[in-house]
Amino acid sequence: MKRLKKMDLFTICNALIMTLVVLLSVYPLYYAVINSLNDGTDTTNFGMVQLWPRQFSLDSWRMVVKDPAILTALGITASRTIIVTVCQLIFTSMFAYAFSRPYLRFRKCYAALGFMSMYISGGIVATFLLLSKMGLYNTYWVYIIPSLFGGFYNVIIYTSNFRGIPDELFESAQLDGASEYRIFFSIVLPLSKAVIAALAVFTIVGVWNDYTTSLFYTSNTELQTLQYYIVKLVRSEAALEQIVKDNSSLSSEVFALLYGRNSSISARTLELAAMIIAAIPMIAIYPFAQKFFTKGVLLGSIKG
Amino acid sequence: MMQMTISKKPRKPAMRNEFRRQTELHTMLLPGTVMMIVFNIIPLFGLIIAFTNFKATMGWEGIFTSQWNNFRNFRQVFSSSQFGPMIRNTLGINLLGQFISIPMAILFALLLNEIRSPRRKSFVQTAAYLPHFLSWAIFGGLIKNLLSADGAMNQLLMGMHVIGQPKEWMADADCFWTICIASGLIKDLGWSAIIYLAAISGVDPTLYEVVDIDGGNRYHKMRHVTLPAILPTVMVMIIFAVSGMLNNNFTQIYVLQNPLNMERSNVIDSYIYQIGMQQFQFGIATAAGLVKSVFALLLLVGANWTSKKLTNSGLF
Repeated sequence: MKRLKKMDLFTICNALIMTLVVLLSVYPLYYAVINSLNDGTDTTNFGMVQLWPRQFSLDSWRMVVKDPAILTALGITASRTIIVTVCQLIFTSMFAYAFSRPYLRFRKCYAALGFMSMYISGGIVATFLLLSKMGLYNTYWVYIIPSLFGGFYNVIIYTSNFRGIPDELFESAQLDGASEYRIFFSIVLPLSKAVIAALAVFTIVGVWNDYTTSLFYTSNTELQTLQYYIVKLVRSEAALEQIVKDNSSLSSEVFALLYGRNSSISARTLELAAMIIAAIPMIAIYPFAQKFFTKGVLLGSIKG
Repeated sequence: MMQMTISKKPRKPAMRNEFRRQTELHTMLLPGTVMMIVFNIIPLFGLIIAFTNFKATMGWEGIFTSQWNNFRNFRQVFSSSQFGPMIRNTLGINLLGQFISIPMAILFALLLNEIRSPRRKSFVQTAAYLPHFLSWAIFGGLIKNLLSADGAMNQLLMGMHVIGQPKEWMADADCFWTICIASGLIKDLGWSAIIYLAAISGVDPTLYEVVDIDGGNRYHKMRHVTLPAILPTVMVMIIFAVSGMLNNNFTQIYVLQNPLNMERSNVIDSYIYQIGMQQFQFGIATAAGLVKSVFALLLLVGANWTSKKLTNSGLF
């Protein structure tokens, strides 16, 4: 009887801790959602809301969706994410397949190059100088070309997964005269859907969420990514100035916003609406890939 | 060429086959190899400018033509008034952060493992992974809003009568470490528990039955079965933490940083960005980066050696 009581106490405490973790994880985003849906004047006058919008309004969202600077940034971010993910998957998995073949010649040279690329870096200044020399600085291509290959760490993850494919499959394919490309595309890739899906999600998330490429290697506002646009909003106290600069057609509305408190949007609610829009694709994608995360993909590779 | 002539003889079709296979494999390796050489190896030449009087206007060729300046860049880094605070902030934020977040992640994994219902377990997991998938641009912005004068943190603390007046948390330099560590913990707690959960799921269930037969309880199972099982993973994570102790999360710091909290928020990585990319003192920025990399490498080797001595498990 006593022992049963003790178990119950543990279960209750555990449930409370888990509830706290869930609240802490979800509340920041929920806070952004309710405040971006609250009327801007109301927020300016009475402060931010904590649980539910006081005065529901979609105006901040409308304004953000109309802002041409955000639409340009969205186009750049989305196109870059798609191109880089597709190219990285092909080049990295192909590299990993060839690297995983035991009969590959000069395997040690490739391993040395790979580990060097993983552990030693020239730093941002050297990369900046190189990208300038290559004519990539301040062009759209700076988002694409340096990211075409996923890096040696991902090669290790692929390789450890490819090792799980039975040798007999390779041997019989080779007896049938299949080329290495044939083996890779019609045997290895179809058998590696889980690892490909998981790494695709990591790449998508990494590229979509990256803002340092814009920060370090571009200076043109036409080339900014969505995340960089948000960083600028977050870091500037007068977030509205940004939108005024980017968006002269809306200046009368913005003028009213800056000098009178009679509009239904504010810098705060706009900033939060932009954040939600930039977060939506990630929120949509991650639960689907969750089942691939735990076993196999990560653990097998952690020790290299 | 020799191989080609030999392989023309009908007795050696395997040889021609072998040559074709190797060629195919090397063409598969070609794109990745070119990318690694161009974007990882060639920039290493840029480290030369840590030792020269390189000027930003000289361009890539200037790396090889600029003059040696007798370690002036390094002396500039060490004698800078920002040097002391920068090292203190880097080590403080990282060490305190890891000291809190590693045990918390292990504890979270252990508690999660005690949830019996699989549906509840996966609900908690899904919710806890969410912040990891938001960028620091977004998550940092959310933290800033929560901590603003009229934000939820002030409302909560005033409601509980902890403080009487709303406070601008981001403007108080003394709060920066706490904000940085706490936001990092919330963002990555669930995610960093994955690795321990995977280790726990590999434990042989009969071991738990043995504890049951011996009359042990939940605590005994954690202490004598689960913890020893995840110890190698914990050691690997500690090695990573020690070797990464000079690497701050620049994307996090940059979003949360402002002129008012600079004395507590300036870390090595933000110093390199500021000196290099904003003031264009390329030599000094590269020198600072080089010193950091050398120390990080020493830390990695040292931590691995210590771990091998103590627990017989290491990274390499």
